[in-house]
Amino acid sequence: MPLDWFPLWLSLRVAVISTAFALVIGLGLAWILANRTFRGKEVLDAAITLPLVLPPTVLGYYLLVLLGRASPVGHLYEWLFGGPLVFTWQAAVVASLFHSTPLLVKSARAAFESVDRSYERAARNLGASELRLFWRVTLPLVRRSILAATALAFARSLGDFGVTLMIAGNIPGRTQTVSIAIYDAVEGGNGAAARVLVIIVSALALAILTLANRLTSNPFGPRQAAL
Amino acid sequence: MIQAKIRKQYAAGPDSAGFSLDLEFHAAAGVTVLFGSSGAGKSLTLDSIAGFVRPDEGRILLDDQILFDGAAGVHIQPRARRCGYVFQNYALFPHMTLRQNLEFAAERAPRLGRHRKVTGMLEKFQLTDVAGRHPYQLSGGQKQRCSIARALIGAPRVLLLDEPGSGLDAPLRAEFYAVLRQVRQDFGTPVLLVTHDTDECFQLAEEMVVLREGRAVQSGTPRKIFEQPANVDVARLLGLYNLLPVEIRSLDPGRNASRLRFQDFELTGPYFPGRLIGDQVWLFVRPDQLLAAPRTGRPAFNQIPGTLLRTVEKPERLRLEFSGDIAVEVPSGAPFGSMEKYSGVKDWVVEFPSRDLRIL
Repeated sequence: MPLDWFPLWLSLRVAVISTAFALVIGLGLAWILANRTFRGKEVLDAAITLPLVLPPTVLGYYLLVLLGRASPVGHLYEWLFGGPLVFTWQAAVVASLFHSTPLLVKSARAAFESVDRSYERAARNLGASELRLFWRVTLPLVRRSILAATALAFARSLGDFGVTLMIAGNIPGRTQTVSIAIYDAVEGGNGAAARVLVIIVSALALAILTLANRLTSNPFGPRQAAL
Repeated sequence: MIQAKIRKQYAAGPDSAGFSLDLEFHAAAGVTVLFGSSGAGKSLTLDSIAGFVRPDEGRILLDDQILFDGAAGVHIQPRARRCGYVFQNYALFPHMTLRQNLEFAAERAPRLGRHRKVTGMLEKFQLTDVAGRHPYQLSGGQKQRCSIARALIGAPRVLLLDEPGSGLDAPLRAEFYAVLRQVRQDFGTPVLLVTHDTDECFQLAEEMVVLREGRAVQSGTPRKIFEQPANVDVARLLGLYNLLPVEIRSLDPGRNASRLRFQDFELTGPYFPGRLIGDQVWLFVRPDQLLAAPRTGRPAFNQIPGTLLRTVEKPERLRLEFSGDIAVEVPSGAPFGSMEKYSGVKDWVVEFPSRDLRIL
């Protein structure tokens, strides 16, 4: 029986799209957490981290309630795009988004907070707007940490199982991602297919982690301290 | 021209003592030095002027622009203040080359001529050869020159320097003094400099403001301040004097004389106007104005006996430290300064020349 490559492509597509969203949302949230002081900041941080520690089924349940066809969000989505969100591959994107964004926010906040304040002061002192300060100074300074975090987030969304199963389901050829396909293959006694996918996913994850490690070492020249 | 009246209160926290800054000073053209020990509020003052810190109350005026006014709620953003700031760690952007650092600062200048401006600045500060390097590839002196050039490129109305001499060794300091003098000559930008180093005050300051615990305690030319510190705290901060607690025993305006009692000894000094007999005051005298000699017999006129505790060799002087917190400095080398001459003798007399005695 020829191997069905669809789950792998779907997973890659879901991971790419959700990582892109996670990057934008994550950077925004991280910047706010790192630079603004407001009431309930640490509560917000904890809420963002929650998906990392909640059981996937719990998170999936929440999302099902939140995004289901009976909910306002579900209604809005249906009105906008002409079809329900749950049990589509887009729901898989949402699922992995909730699993990868916290990772990104955590790393990006730490990265933003590690930037020596004097660089930001210098940029403002030299007449830079907040936007220019962000694009030309802060972001380049944390670029490597952010890229590494993005790689981790990508790897994380590639491997999501529980939440995806809860809100995107297991519809072969439509919402069956690679981790669900592996589960299916093992359940259905198709050991050969499972082995191939397992090896591919492991190799991919290893490659991404290696990349992330190389990114986090050696930023600007040899041991660039704040001074 | 800066006119500043700044009040800022920091409440005491679990791991920090409270601090309150409450000072008023002005700085005209030329180099003004804010002098004080660490924790005196020097950097906070600089940060308030640059706009990084918002004072609670007061008013900061730069030329004819109000940068901050507590009552009116004016707080101009740092980027609009046009105050060049040279950070203690230079804060050169590590991901940019020197040239890019200057270009970043030149971006508010008109596009045309921006390149020429950067090139001219690199030349002026002798950075042309290293313009393509990143900050981590530069020496301390080059980094400092670059950070001064970067601060000046936007034609600021004042140049603020935070502890620029700290962390530089002697030759680099001399180089920095020369650079700053040239800045003054070529750009004419008023300079406000923060330091805890008396040498820097003498070398650079036309005016100095002494800060202590968040207050401006004295201001004037360095010469005036060093000759007559406003009080014993300022004298201690300057760190240049023997400070001895004495009591005034007699005052004679006719012969321009006074007698002072220090422990069990009497010293004769000049007449001190505005003082009364019985006043407890501080006698201050520079170590190089005192004379020391091995003791032979009874101490003579204006001499106090002392035990030599140790000798400290300095670049051009020898410092003799005696019991009773008295230090004498003599030029090193013949005929005074060989260590051997001093090391053998324990009992000494220190002579206080009458005309050099001053009190606080």
